[in-house]
Amino acid sequence: MAEIRYTTADPKGVLTGVHYMDGNHAACEGALAAGCRFAAGYPITPSTEVVERFAARIPTVGGVFIQMEDEIASSICLQGGAWAGLKAMTVTSGPGLSLMMEHISLAACLETPCVFVDVQRGGPSTGLPTLPGQADMQQVRWGAHGDYEIIAIAPSTVQECFDFIIDAFNLAEMFRVPVFFMMDECVGHMTEKLVIPKAEEIKVVERRFTTKPPEEYLPYKPDEDLVPEFPYVGKGYKFHVTGLTHDERGYPVINAEAQHEMCWRLVNKIKKNAPKIWKYEEDQVEGADVVVLSYGISARVSIKAIEMAREKGVKVGLMRLITVWPFPSPRVKEIASNVKAIVVPELNIRGQVAREVERVTAGTTNVVRVPHAGGTVHDPEVILEAIMEAAK
Amino acid sequence: MAKKKFRGLVFIKPERCKGCEYCVEFCPTGAITMSDKFNSKGYHYPEFSAPDKCTGCGLCGMYCPDFAIYGMREAVEEG
Amino acid sequence: MSADAKYENPVEEFLRTDRLPHVWCSGCGIGTTVNCFARAVKDCGIPLEEIAVVSGIGCTGRVAGYLKLDSVHTTHGRAIAFATGLKLAKPDMHVVVYSGDGDLSGIGGNHLIHAARRNLDITVILVNNLTYAMTGGQVTPTAPHESIATTTPYGVFEDNFNLPYLVAACGASYVARWTAYHVVQLKKAMVEALNKKGFSFIEILAPCPTIYLRRNKLGAATDELKYYKEHCVIQNGADPKDVGIDLLRPDKIIIGKFVDIDKPDYITAMNEHLSKKLGDKYVPWGV
Repeated sequence: MAEIRYTTADPKGVLTGVHYMDGNHAACEGALAAGCRFAAGYPITPSTEVVERFAARIPTVGGVFIQMEDEIASSICLQGGAWAGLKAMTVTSGPGLSLMMEHISLAACLETPCVFVDVQRGGPSTGLPTLPGQADMQQVRWGAHGDYEIIAIAPSTVQECFDFIIDAFNLAEMFRVPVFFMMDECVGHMTEKLVIPKAEEIKVVERRFTTKPPEEYLPYKPDEDLVPEFPYVGKGYKFHVTGLTHDERGYPVINAEAQHEMCWRLVNKIKKNAPKIWKYEEDQVEGADVVVLSYGISARVSIKAIEMAREKGVKVGLMRLITVWPFPSPRVKEIASNVKAIVVPELNIRGQVAREVERVTAGTTNVVRVPHAGGTVHDPEVILEAIMEAAK
Repeated sequence: MAKKKFRGLVFIKPERCKGCEYCVEFCPTGAITMSDKFNSKGYHYPEFSAPDKCTGCGLCGMYCPDFAIYGMREAVEEG
Repeated sequence: MSADAKYENPVEEFLRTDRLPHVWCSGCGIGTTVNCFARAVKDCGIPLEEIAVVSGIGCTGRVAGYLKLDSVHTTHGRAIAFATGLKLAKPDMHVVVYSGDGDLSGIGGNHLIHAARRNLDITVILVNNLTYAMTGGQVTPTAPHESIATTTPYGVFEDNFNLPYLVAACGASYVARWTAYHVVQLKKAMVEALNKKGFSFIEILAPCPTIYLRRNKLGAATDELKYYKEHCVIQNGADPKDVGIDLLRPDKIIIGKFVDIDKPDYITAMNEHLSKKLGDKYVPWGV
């Protein structure tokens, strides 16, 4: 069985030192530190700086960047790079993510390890290219057709844009799944201190290449953790993989049995391994009357609101999601059973993550949405009001 | 002194054939004809009906879309 | 017949024989092109493990599933974009895109022209059966005037692509057109294309008897091949501008090798350029 192989970062890609840069640039540096050596992208505000920096850095690190003709091309070009054996990413925002949907489905079906960075902006349609939103959260999970599960991570600070994109690449390799790095325009364009450690302090997961010889290798025969080993291109494996429903050999099999096998495994691969994937941060949740559950830039604003509420004597905690998908349902259910209310501020109107909280808590607590159409971040006072109201 | 000659050989895999008749049409010497027999999918398949006419050019094999027939030239020693 | 290895079909080792018979119809020209391709792979001198095949969706898109090489069956129209990533990430691979006219020039048109413009070192084999056969015979950008398709039930009135002209104009290094009748020349062209450094493109006219020929009352597949035999004129070096096929039954179809030039492919140009700009700091790629 192919085990998860850890190694330390290749120093060529690690810009060790103390920096002052914005989230987009930090994400690029994190990708390089994680071992990303292939990127295909298309310009779209507010994400473009990630690939612009990559284009400038990669020639001296060793790798390739190509600006493709559109997002549809980028979203499959990076998979070509990934199948060739490289860690690969693409970068986009809302409208580009919408274009990428078919290839997200392909990545999930082929089980391509890769990272999609989405620096969210106001939508719908062309929307607010230069202003923040968090309205792609459901799209990233359900937007592509068919049954599959993906991983989505939301950083809140520039440091996290660096640290957590490394996690994103590691998870992509561990679970052979597309991982979505859900930034937003605010986090992407804010400038903060970034500390990049020495390469030997950065833990990186290697590609789960097969240890079997070509005659024994099957592209989609899963290991115990439901993840199949990855083939080598160019070493005589002569594998075939297809986006059609397929069996362990990788050959298309067009019937309900094969569909059942394949789709359940794609879903369970993430669901059953979710405990290894969940990452969240809690502050004073134990004993709280109200918990604010948020992610990305909205979580940072929430910290201010929570501070103000605590000054008024409210016992309020923060549950900050770092992995948004898979959703940490057991922990959220547990919190719900102990609190009066969960307040969910996010930069979208329809409660894209709030509705997941509502669903998993199933009426055991009061879920208070704090929606916002985007374009700027919440006023902390608005979140404070929601907390105060919920605490009554 | 031994004189070298060639003979044409044609091999047919009836189960792969779909009865398109490319081989019959493009055989330059008419060494192949369609048989009356059926394979299990219900297609008529060719037979190597006139081996003496075959030059071993291999065109039947180059045209076949189904990899059901192929030809080759084999050297035959003749005294 | 004898079970001797020397009596084996010369293309057998390049096929996934566990998946034969394949899905293509009786008389479908795609199989013939694959036959030529397998022979080209045998004779091209490139080790098998260095060849990868990427295909799109459609009847021709199924080719990737029958060739015993590293192969990926991708999404509709996007094989070239995938192949771009594969080639750039692993420059020592010979990447072949094998797909149909609708897939590569319809939905995939944008990727076709950009890959040609970039002179990306890949080989694109476009089987042109003038229809979207897999989905029942809708019109494609290559369908000629008056041809009947399910979405043009009264006949095509749009102009169609002159594919060699399009691809040559974008900057391809090698452009040829052959047909499923011209198996000897086609195989030779495929060997040349595989070994050519730069964007090589081969359009292959091939019959779709079940849909295109039947709907347009053009007879059987063998009739179509006979038509190619009688009406195709080999003009190597012809100006691609003049090789359009815009009538249902033209008197003359020009085929041959139209473009064969040498110019730096994408990765060579990238390495040259970045070395010049960055000197020793540049880490050359794929050399």
